[in-house]
Amino acid sequence: MSTKLKDLVKKEDVLTSGHRLCAGCGAPVAVRQILMGAPDDVELVVANPTGCLEVSTTIYPYSSWNASYIHCAFENVASTLSGSEAAYRSLKKQGKIKDDYRFVAFGGDGGTYDIGLQALSGALERGHRMVYVCYNNEAYMNTGIQRSGATMKGAWTSTSPHGKDSYGKTENRKDLTGIVAAHNIPYVAQASISNWRDVVKKAQKAFAADGPSFINILAPCHRGWRYPMEETIELARLAVQTCVWPLYEIENGKWNLTTKPKEKKPVEEYLKPQGRFAHLFKDENREVLKSIQEYVDKDWERIKRLCGETE
Amino acid sequence: MAVINSKTVAIVGNEAVAEAMRQINPDVVAAYPITPQTDIVQAFSAIAADGLVDTELVNVESEHSAMSACIGAASSGARVMTATCSQGLGLMWELLYIASGLRLPMVMPNVNRSLSAPINIHCDHSDSMGARDSGWIQLFSENAQEAYDNIIQAVRISEHPDVYLPVMVLMDGFIISHAVDRVDLIDDEKVKNFVGERNAPFTMLDPNNPVCVGPFVHSYYFEFKRQQEEAMANALPVIKNVSDEFEKISGRTYGLFETLGMEDAEFAVIAQGSGAGTIRHQVECLRSNGIRAGMIKLRSFRPFPAEELIKALSGVKTVAVFDRSTTFAGGMGGPVFNELRSSFYEQEAKPLMVNYVYGLGGRDLSVELVKKAMEEILEMNSSGKAEQKINYLGLRE
Repeated sequence: MSTKLKDLVKKEDVLTSGHRLCAGCGAPVAVRQILMGAPDDVELVVANPTGCLEVSTTIYPYSSWNASYIHCAFENVASTLSGSEAAYRSLKKQGKIKDDYRFVAFGGDGGTYDIGLQALSGALERGHRMVYVCYNNEAYMNTGIQRSGATMKGAWTSTSPHGKDSYGKTENRKDLTGIVAAHNIPYVAQASISNWRDVVKKAQKAFAADGPSFINILAPCHRGWRYPMEETIELARLAVQTCVWPLYEIENGKWNLTTKPKEKKPVEEYLKPQGRFAHLFKDENREVLKSIQEYVDKDWERIKRLCGETE
Repeated sequence: MAVINSKTVAIVGNEAVAEAMRQINPDVVAAYPITPQTDIVQAFSAIAADGLVDTELVNVESEHSAMSACIGAASSGARVMTATCSQGLGLMWELLYIASGLRLPMVMPNVNRSLSAPINIHCDHSDSMGARDSGWIQLFSENAQEAYDNIIQAVRISEHPDVYLPVMVLMDGFIISHAVDRVDLIDDEKVKNFVGERNAPFTMLDPNNPVCVGPFVHSYYFEFKRQQEEAMANALPVIKNVSDEFEKISGRTYGLFETLGMEDAEFAVIAQGSGAGTIRHQVECLRSNGIRAGMIKLRSFRPFPAEELIKALSGVKTVAVFDRSTTFAGGMGGPVFNELRSSFYEQEAKPLMVNYVYGLGGRDLSVELVKKAMEEILEMNSSGKAEQKINYLGLRE
């Protein structure tokens, strides 16, 4: 399948314009890039847990989706879609339906890292053929910027505010991509909306996988991260360039680094433009900045090692 | 494990349910094991493993995911079943409302078991009563035969275009689920014809007509909920009609409730579930002694057949309601008592009404206990007074 822009732009949008996500939101960019990787000859069922993407694209009696769509609850998009996929297999096997379908879930980090983790793990273990995409903006944005398991250490959120006794979130994020990879499913990847061709390639592989596949895609939120709305793609790019968000894939168990930054930028270049990290640049928080850089360095070395880039 | 094409068999209630599931041959079953429902999932897994059904069996990692998968599957046009009880039903709570709110037909046996704490695996009706406002149809069963029959009828009720609501078939934990009972099975072909095929008006798997299931609704929410209430009311005649049709293939009569001696009864006892058997025995004993006792065994708790019950009870002076759960409203008794009592509010002639809360956590409802209660009811009926409105039968006090 082509990843040429001149071919991709000819694809019909599954998520149409007119939705009510914020201007500058990373989520619809992630959705469109991923769905550019969907095969042309199949029908789609799209699913969302409760969240920004859901409330902004399905305001009754309208829908922004040019495909069948289901929203059930917050913590169960993976199990809801499991049921749809099982129904598809059953009806197809019985000859009750003819068309080919693919199933794709778009969950935020709240609905994936945290409350939806059990349902996701169950669906992966059972082997349902679905593409699960976590559009990761590192906090519960729909309810007003509360911390999640994806939030970086040091970040201000409305439930991890910085104050006299606090520098913001005190814990590092969890490695969800690693947790998913431990399920030994056919395809797992980390992606960023700044690297669109990489996203499309990964989506093509995810849709082609004969089993569950998972893409964790960084999709910045200017409301929650506190930066000017036109800088969304730039922030996503800085996350990759500083190795805060390494881009890699795990194809049938084989780790592969898909983007190697020419020059690894200091993490401060990524943190500085974001209001959620502004307090870290005060003198008393210098140690926190240092510890974030150490965490990123260590994680980057680990990923490189797993990808066979270093011994 | 599966019993094929035999007529009369001796099986436990859970096997009877699994047998009904085999005959219905649902497109998808998503379930999670929990005592005392486990044998249903086990027996059906064996049926699926032997290739006796077309069902895709989804062995989910929780009841929450069981109901979620059922919602996803039913939205995709599949005929769907699951089974649960107690804590499992509790874990499904938010999804119960979503299944009914999305107007998705599905059938779920709930093997009634008490709710923790303290933890207890035995029968009472607290679990399903907790879901009484969730928009599910709830049908009680007295024994394995009724559980089997209810499951088959539930498919038709749930998928009726005037209804489109999920149905919970209630059967007492252990007493029905684990006791060997005589069950008359209907021929496979007859069941197949009776349930027919699901014909969903909308499905996510129709490429010419993609649908948006579960949209974000601000301004029409109230209207959706009003329609749901209407669907539940519509279920009353549908339950009766399906029961009439079912009689033709089974010879067994159901309807909304069963009556005994109500044509001349002076006082009546109301019960649901397996306790009805013990109570019926006592009512029959009294009647053979010339005492005009009557009984109503409630089958349909949701929808609640208020008008029909008022009519059936119009001639009695005293009504005693047996509840296998309580409302924790602070001494107001059980749910059936409260709803029946409320139903009589507009009536000129109101019977004396008392409540017997019994059998919580599997406390046995013995013949002696029912006999003791009957003596008290008889006394109240002749004095026209109830010293105690809410009674706890068989409680150590």
